Amino acid sequence: MKLIILNDYDQASEWAAKYIRNKILLFKPGADRYFTLGLPTGSTPLGCYKKLIEYYKKGEISFQYVKTFNMDEYVGLPRDHPESYHSFMWNNFFKHIDIKAENTHILDGNAANLQDECQAFEDKIKAAGGIELFVGGIGPDGHIAFNEPGSSLVSRTRVKTLARDTILANARFFDGDLSKVPTMALTVGVGTVMDAKEVMILITGAHKAFALYKAIEEGVNHMWTVSAFQQHPQTVFVCDEDATLELRVKTVKYFKGEAESKTHDAHMDLLKHSGCIESLKLHYGLVDNASLIIAVKTQIVENVDFCIIVC
Amino acid sequence: MPSNKSVSDAPITQFVNCMILRDHKLQREDLWVREGRILDPEKLFFDEQGYADKRVDCGGNIIAPGFIDVQINGGYGIDFSQASEDVSGGISFVGKKILEHGVTSFCPTLVTSPPAVYHKVLPNIKVYNGGPHGAGVLGFHLEGPFISVEKRGAHPEHCLRTFKYGGLQDLMEAYGSLDNVAMVTLAPELAKSQSVVQELCQRGITVSLGHSVANLSQAEEAVQHGASFITHLFNAMLPFHHRDPGIVGLLTSDQIPAGRTVYYGMIADGIHTNPAALRIAHRAHPLGLVLVTDAITAMGLPPGRHTLGQQVIEIQGLHAYVAGTTTLCGSIATMDMCVRHFKHASGCSVEEALEAASLHPAQLLGISNRKGKLDFGSDADLVFLDDALNIQMNPVDRNWPNIDTVTSCDPPSL
Repeated sequence: MKLIILNDYDQASEWAAKYIRNKILLFKPGADRYFTLGLPTGSTPLGCYKKLIEYYKKGEISFQYVKTFNMDEYVGLPRDHPESYHSFMWNNFFKHIDIKAENTHILDGNAANLQDECQAFEDKIKAAGGIELFVGGIGPDGHIAFNEPGSSLVSRTRVKTLARDTILANARFFDGDLSKVPTMALTVGVGTVMDAKEVMILITGAHKAFALYKAIEEGVNHMWTVSAFQQHPQTVFVCDEDATLELRVKTVKYFKGEAESKTHDAHMDLLKHSGCIESLKLHYGLVDNASLIIAVKTQIVENVDFCIIVC
Repeated sequence: MPSNKSVSDAPITQFVNCMILRDHKLQREDLWVREGRILDPEKLFFDEQGYADKRVDCGGNIIAPGFIDVQINGGYGIDFSQASEDVSGGISFVGKKILEHGVTSFCPTLVTSPPAVYHKVLPNIKVYNGGPHGAGVLGFHLEGPFISVEKRGAHPEHCLRTFKYGGLQDLMEAYGSLDNVAMVTLAPELAKSQSVVQELCQRGITVSLGHSVANLSQAEEAVQHGASFITHLFNAMLPFHHRDPGIVGLLTSDQIPAGRTVYYGMIADGIHTNPAALRIAHRAHPLGLVLVTDAITAMGLPPGRHTLGQQVIEIQGLHAYVAGTTTLCGSIATMDMCVRHFKHASGCSVEEALEAASLHPAQLLGISNRKGKLDFGSDADLVFLDDALNIQMNPVDRNWPNIDTVTSCDPPSL
């Protein structure tokens, strides 16, 4: 696992957005080769979405050949309800970018047969060739998507009853009226997300700190379903300082140190190729303090403004 | 752009880089239009997987619902109260010209006239929707002849009438037909008027109080029977008095039936109403203010003498008088001038100024489900303005017409 610790919410959002952007660019998506992206909702990823929209508007990225699969959707809430996850994705992301509607996939909480809808979603993911990068958040109770405590760690897309904690947390979006909050949701399973090639979990804020601690410093436990990703070969946890408040100092120092050494490696690479750096900067019109990293072959370097691959 | 897979073949236009008036606020949102109606882009995206065929850059301009003028007597040499040979041609001509002022729907107004004029003019026009050819006609506004002698203003005395029967027969004898009539202005102090008010309201015709010497209770009684508008507040009625506010008192009356609003027309041309009076009315009852032009034949014409109904009028600068007197007989201000003047004089917000010319008249006429708003499903009658509220050309085709497309739907029933 990689644990990337940024100073605050804005920096964490920017880091995550750049990571997603760079992943898509490096993948070189096209008409016969779509980049499949799993997406979350909620307040945590809002900053990340804003940044991605900014990169799209600047012309740095296109979503024309990106397919998205959202994690979850409420059951029984009309699609155009302002609190539905369809509305969330439209208002906070889709309407600002160039993604095609037929390439977006969100579970339909009003389907006639919910089981069939869940199975169909799994089939769609399979048909798309699996998910390249699944982005998710974490609940205060350590859940990923709506896989509430007690969910099977090998679960697939299905109907879930929401935990009391979750309903209470969501009440603020429904005028504080508990009776208006949906009690059921369709959600991808822990197993569904584990199938993705790479997983990125965004965690910001002190109220998520305990969940992060349980997720990465304790064992794999179905009561803290995010802990399942300890067994995924390629997971990145992106968080701010506040989210690390419950972690051991040792853990934090380790991962901060690792980040520094990666930067050091990158600088070494830079020096190695310094002969061509100046001409490359001139060619791409980069100012001196833009971070320009040369990555050799498939070695990916995160958090850069501009990335050139030399194969 | 990706191919359009929407269920309808009709082209979809997306207005970008604009500020739109929606939910009483100017907001930075794109505006989507298909087949003359405002489209919900979220529904288009998820239900139809459709896209815009054309994106139009509005250059940061404001898009507001088209203005609705419920009191306009003519313009550009056309007098709606004259039984000319080509009544519909005259109305269409004015309808085309007022697009330049941001007006996309209007009520051609007839001042007090002899029955022969009504019988000749009224059957000539059907209610119709606007388009690039001109503003839509919502129905006639019949201002008179059942009005007060003392407050007739520019209306000819010999044509005034009273209610003989207190019912439909009075109306039919005077007008000949009530089809395509959107509004009638009458004086509620006339005997037997209350049953006439009821008769008109039952037919969906808006009843307006004006050219009257009614006191407040007579006015309130009329409202209770269904009247909902005041014709050019302050003008042609008793002045406000602190022991009997008269018709003006309706603005703050507590006798208005629950759930109903009394609207009032204001000629905000800087001449018919002192700005201080405009402010008093606006502050007393901001949601009821409806901007009207009460424009006459001479609007758009050079200074001089012109005909209005059965009388001759004289233009001097921005003033229009009954020839040989100092009685005002209507204005020559355009609707966009009124909007700007209203905003300047009252200090209200841009949204309030725009709504006084669009949302409020639509609410008055009971057509706000289709007009006066930029809500999804509303008719796409659009007016483009800059920040100073000057009318801009329609960016789609760079023409003056501000109605984006012709609607093929039936006109809203009144």
